[in-house]
Amino acid sequence: MLQIESRQFAQEYKLFACIQCGKCTGGCPMAAKTKLNPRNLIYRVLIAGNGFDLEGREELWDCTTCNTCASRCPKQVNPMEAVIAMRSAIVEKGRVHPNVKTALESTFRHGNPLTMPREDRNLWADGLPIKPFEESTEYLYFVGCTPSYDPRIQKVAQALVRLLATTPLNYGYLGSEESCCGSEVRRLGEAGLFEMIVEDTTELYKNLGVSKMFTTSPHCFNAYKNDFPAVAGEKSHPMQVQHYTQVLASLIERGELKFSGSLEKTITYHDPCYLGKHNGVFDEPREVLSSIPGVNLVEMDRSREKSLCCEGGGGRMWLEGTNPGTRLAQQRIQEALDTGAQVLATACPFCLATLDEAVKHLNADDKLQVMDIAELAAQAI
Amino acid sequence: MAFTPRVGVYICHCGINISATVDVAAVAEYAASLPGVVVARAYTYMCSEPGQSLIKTDITELGLNRVVVASCSPRMHEPTFRATVSDAGMNPYCFEMANIREQCSWVHPGEAATTLKAKQLVASAVAKATLLQPLEVRQVPVTPSGLVIGGGVAGLQAVLDIADAGYPATLVERSGALGGNVAQLYRVFPTLEPAVELLNSLVERVTSHPRITVMTGAEVTAVGGYVGNFKVQVRRNDEVVEVPAGAIIVATGFEPFDPHRKPELGYGAYPQVITTLEFERLEAQDFTLAIEPKRVVFIQCVGSRDQEVGNSYCSRVCCMVTAKQARLVRQRFPKADVNVFYMDVRAYGKGFEEFYDKAREEGVIYRRGNPSEIIRRGERVVVRAEDTLLGEQVEVEADLVVLAVGMRPRADNEVIAGLLKLARSADGFLLEAHPKLRPVDTAVAGVFLAGACQGPKDTSESIIQARAASAAAMTLLMRGQVQVEAATSFIDEELCAGCGQCALVCSFSALSLHPIRGKMTVNQVLCQGCGSCAVTCPSGAINVHHFTFEQFMAQVDVLSDVTTWPVSVS
Repeated sequence: MLQIESRQFAQEYKLFACIQCGKCTGGCPMAAKTKLNPRNLIYRVLIAGNGFDLEGREELWDCTTCNTCASRCPKQVNPMEAVIAMRSAIVEKGRVHPNVKTALESTFRHGNPLTMPREDRNLWADGLPIKPFEESTEYLYFVGCTPSYDPRIQKVAQALVRLLATTPLNYGYLGSEESCCGSEVRRLGEAGLFEMIVEDTTELYKNLGVSKMFTTSPHCFNAYKNDFPAVAGEKSHPMQVQHYTQVLASLIERGELKFSGSLEKTITYHDPCYLGKHNGVFDEPREVLSSIPGVNLVEMDRSREKSLCCEGGGGRMWLEGTNPGTRLAQQRIQEALDTGAQVLATACPFCLATLDEAVKHLNADDKLQVMDIAELAAQAI
Repeated sequence: MAFTPRVGVYICHCGINISATVDVAAVAEYAASLPGVVVARAYTYMCSEPGQSLIKTDITELGLNRVVVASCSPRMHEPTFRATVSDAGMNPYCFEMANIREQCSWVHPGEAATTLKAKQLVASAVAKATLLQPLEVRQVPVTPSGLVIGGGVAGLQAVLDIADAGYPATLVERSGALGGNVAQLYRVFPTLEPAVELLNSLVERVTSHPRITVMTGAEVTAVGGYVGNFKVQVRRNDEVVEVPAGAIIVATGFEPFDPHRKPELGYGAYPQVITTLEFERLEAQDFTLAIEPKRVVFIQCVGSRDQEVGNSYCSRVCCMVTAKQARLVRQRFPKADVNVFYMDVRAYGKGFEEFYDKAREEGVIYRRGNPSEIIRRGERVVVRAEDTLLGEQVEVEADLVVLAVGMRPRADNEVIAGLLKLARSADGFLLEAHPKLRPVDTAVAGVFLAGACQGPKDTSESIIQARAASAAAMTLLMRGQVQVEAATSFIDEELCAGCGQCALVCSFSALSLHPIRGKMTVNQVLCQGCGSCAVTCPSGAINVHHFTFEQFMAQVDVLSDVTTWPVSVS
């Protein structure tokens, strides 16, 4: 038995507002291939009397937290947050998947979920023109765990640094002092650890005097922009949080980032969920791409608000979920191929990893290259 | 001889509404002990015939000159009791009300403190009553004509009714043509009659009416005056004319929801996705589509019942518009599959459920679920939804998707509300005086609402409200005279410096500087007694009759007397 107090739960997550219209489930990318049905889940909580059993609800781990459900809901219910809360209830009872356990422990011990040593966090930046964050630094560049350690994703951070070196932007980073933002920790249901991360990080940023920051990953961006203030409440440290594509777009607009080269490519752009559906950042990444000389930007049918999730969010980098079959990322590669684009651009480490894997799986890497916007932009300077 | 107040106090049980939580007998007993009070009684329903008789008898037999009723809100029954005391020969302004229901019995748990508060409210009302002054209720003549803003079905019907009753009436329409949104329709539910036939007869009667002046391409730019004697500035081309009117009916209608605001539905991106209004045009043009549709999907509640776009309300007409259009598709293309995605089917009107029955009998398939998104697949589009009755995500390919767009308050409602000093409800539609009891009136006397400017309505409901609004307007016109508020402001010329700050805050242009005396004067007809001037005046030279500073202070003094009231109630 893994009971939650369903009445209190329904109250807390405003599930009583649900009119069972099914918009959440109709758009859910996982509902098509798993048992996950947000509408049905809400209904079951509502009719459960005073106890809802989470035992055996493996589909809770299928959710990619893409936010489609919440963004479509006409009654401002947030089924995704309810799923995360149910995960928390499971984790609280000590029922943690071994993979997840390792990731959470690693985050606690080493400041990253990748079981990598803290002191190696800085290796990606060897020999690159980037300064440590000091009192007089305007922006903090929060690199993030995957871009710090993953050899493929390191290239994104490196490209971004080379790109920013051509601009007057006054920014710095924390090097091996940087610690995980906790976004995936929270979405894997470890609410307690996330609260701790928020507390420690808030304290650190306050002391350092961070007032503006940008991130490589939309997940870190969302954590600092939305999760931190929600958890810290009155104790939160007010900061302007941006995704790096927003920083690049405004540098371009001010004429402070200029491309001397060009990139003769047809490119299509995949909106990461945590940038688009979660935070409404649709235009800046496109502005950066279309300002690169030579780029022909084409759109997939499912773009912007309708972008298809790559299945990399919500802790799914560590969990298979109940359906290891055809990945959404593979479907997405097919959609990109249909546009005739040579490059599938994105702006998220998780999207980059899942789409890269999918393009290889489909043996399509000779037709389509998966790249981050920072990498593409860096090719044109 | 000095004036001696003789106050009668009446405590109402309001059934059990008050007596369940307030000890009404104790309140009456307490009231009897107050200075100036001659009699205090408690009774089941003061507003009932025997309750009112009680007051009248006491006025006559006990020589009462002031009356206090402790019951509900003055919004509810002040007019009732003012009439009661008038009947017995008392000036209506010598009556005062204590609200021990909405402000006491309904909102407190019913312990000793609840009764104590009722006593305090009564004491305060009695304190004011002893200082009340009789005021003269004056009448002014009414301009015997009506003005209707908006030339859709509601406006057309309203102006026609006023003119048919024998009064001249002006219809002001902003666009170049009459007919409003109904002019966009092909056939109407539930009769399937051509909309143009219904509309043409109405327009013909209006335009040919000898007492109706139709001003198209015209806009109201300012409204002055007051109930019975409005002066409306209307601009047409570059010319501004002033139209006098005794009553105004606002019938400015609605605008359709713009489905671009739901980008996931692909409106504007896919030519196969159209709105219900565009469907009407297609029908009117005999449905000249490039290909014959094999599957048509209708989607309900687009922009309605949707807090995400700020429209919490149901638009009421879309269920039947969709049923109508689904039937028309089945009739025109008998081989076409027609699916209607719905959340709830609201077939509430006369003949509606039967119409919905027909739609299903004719082969329209209703599927429960509100589609989440529309994507493209080859030449067709795919509606992605959960069929909530199956509990499964479904994809329905279609070559035509019709979005049942809801109604929105017009973007310029704010302007019209500003001109007429009307309030708007949270949804942006114009606000009626009371949702149940006064659905046609506004808070502004002499201004009435008709049609969808007040909230989503279908054609027949718009006609119903138009006829009600014109009847209300005609009541005013036929009476020929209108009572003006007696509780107006007045100036103490000894204190007035003529600074004019009061005139700046007055919404009714009722204050002006006397050219000779150098003091402010109040136009007693324009003044609505709102009190803005009184609180603005730096010299304290302005008071409002029936709400004087002296009366207020007496009320406050009684309440702040700690010798009478315990300081804290536990």
